[in-house]
Amino acid sequence: MRSIVRLLAHRLLVAAVVLVGVSMLIFGIARVIPGDPARIALGPRASAEQVADLRAQMHLDEPIVVQYGHFVADLLRGDLGTSLYTNRPVTTDIAQFLPATLELVIVAGIMMIGIGLPLGMLAARYRGRFADHLIRLVSLLGVSAPSFVWAVILVLLFAYFLPLFPIAGRISDSYTVPTVTGFLLVDTLLAGNIRAFGNAAWHIVLPAFALALSGIGQAARLTRANMVETYDKPYIEMAQAYGFFPARIARIYAFKPSLIPSLTIIGLDFAAMLGSAFLVEAVFAWPGLSRYGVAVILRKDLNAIMGTVLIIALTFVIVNIIVDLLIAFLNPRIRHSTRSSA
Amino acid sequence: MKRAIRILSRNPLSALGLGLVVLIVLAALLAPWIAPYPDHNGAVVDFLNNNKPPSARNWMGTDLVGRDIFSRILYAYQTSLVLAVVVLAIATPIGTVVGLIAGYLGGWTETILMRVVDVFLSIPPLVLALAMMGVLKPTLTNAMLAVTAMWWPWYARLVYSIARSEREEGYVLAAEVIGAGTTHIAFREILPNCLPAIITKMTLDMGFVIIIASSLSFLGLGVQPPTPDLGSMVAEGANYLPDSWWLTVFPGLAILIAVFGFNLLGDGLRDVLGVDR
Repeated sequence: MRSIVRLLAHRLLVAAVVLVGVSMLIFGIARVIPGDPARIALGPRASAEQVADLRAQMHLDEPIVVQYGHFVADLLRGDLGTSLYTNRPVTTDIAQFLPATLELVIVAGIMMIGIGLPLGMLAARYRGRFADHLIRLVSLLGVSAPSFVWAVILVLLFAYFLPLFPIAGRISDSYTVPTVTGFLLVDTLLAGNIRAFGNAAWHIVLPAFALALSGIGQAARLTRANMVETYDKPYIEMAQAYGFFPARIARIYAFKPSLIPSLTIIGLDFAAMLGSAFLVEAVFAWPGLSRYGVAVILRKDLNAIMGTVLIIALTFVIVNIIVDLLIAFLNPRIRHSTRSSA
Repeated sequence: MKRAIRILSRNPLSALGLGLVVLIVLAALLAPWIAPYPDHNGAVVDFLNNNKPPSARNWMGTDLVGRDIFSRILYAYQTSLVLAVVVLAIATPIGTVVGLIAGYLGGWTETILMRVVDVFLSIPPLVLALAMMGVLKPTLTNAMLAVTAMWWPWYARLVYSIARSEREEGYVLAAEVIGAGTTHIAFREILPNCLPAIITKMTLDMGFVIIIASSLSFLGLGVQPPTPDLGSMVAEGANYLPDSWWLTVFPGLAILIAVFGFNLLGDGLRDVLGVDR
């Protein structure tokens, strides 16, 4: 147990370093912008005095290091500045739009694990047979198109052609659910409204699946590759010699050790989904961070762009810490070790 | 080379991949000659024939201003392939050098370089590219710049992990003992052993760069009209579903086929070159 605490401390330290780097990178991108940020913020009709005032207010006349200092000081106070697009604090905007995106990504992540891992297990168990080839083909197809193409294809097939799922949105207008967490699947349950929950779940299936498809392919391919490797280990041969059932061998002896390397990549895929969520949200008119993100990018709303990217990087770093801890819990060599293993 | 092609063609899926890639490269190269309406790659309008479903005259239908979608897809392949080749031609050497230096030298150089790489890798590629396009003007050159800026770290990490394990190998030690310089060991001794992995990754990445670039233009932040681009074609048509399905389905399938081809080929190369990562 102590080793896990030490691992956590180490991971948090690395995460802090990475986040400082991310803040520098984002600050750098925002400052290499051709043109004067104050002029862009005020528009072409503002007077030279107004621009000079805003420049002073934004500390733009000071050395770049001092500017970065102000930026970090604001960050530490939880102040991401004001959005030029909505005229509200960026934190307020993000708090409003982030839950919808996270909900979509989490459901997609569950699909990725729930569908991808079993497919990979099947392919490894029936290696070289028809099922293996079929799964390889399907998972390659999954990673071969951007999620917006899958979104369009899924909408055409399962919302228009076969009207099984809704075309867009998070929930039907007839339901009103008080906002507590912003996660509709949680809020509907908190309100005790089972039918609204069902409706929200029905709305999330297609967008989450479109988002998950490439992850499902990745997870299946990875699990297969790792399991094929473990199948060659002597202890599997021993289990087979003892006459254990193939299903039991697959589940316990071959799958468990191969889960650990798969999990790391699944963490990375989760990050990729935060990006692809932008594309899926656009197709399904999902009221998440994407529409806000694209809108502020088109308006060159610097504070909002920096805030959005920072929040996404933060989410990614947190997910990776969770994945690392999960691996530590799953891996007996780390769980039971008394030495520092990080 | 001949051996590689022979091994590739023995596996039906890899052969399919090779075939698709050759087909797409040819389609892009020969677009001006094989496109039924070569002038439709620009700002042409033909309102008499706008938004027509697929027919013998227009195999994949026409778009909202009457341009032939099949012709535009052929030209869009040019845009995608050029972009992917340029991005990889810049990102791969940068990432390789960074990874080699970090992996072979170790110590503080390793710590600093790889932390920088971690920073880049902790922002989803698409989000970083979007943020860069947010401050730059949406042009083809800037799209290439944005995608390149987020692509090199992946090569740095790949080469780093190989170089770090090769550092301990006997042949590196032998070279050190006879007094070979750092540059010689890194580029002449270690680099050749990274090449199979790099080539495999580049093949797979041709597809992934096409995905990211089309995603940028799908959101209106990449290549701008009237330059034909698969991503913006899908975006244009998405508002006219389901009636004008051909506006989105054909460009979407065009992306799928191209990326699928590069993925199959990359997968096959992995086996041929014996790459295990």
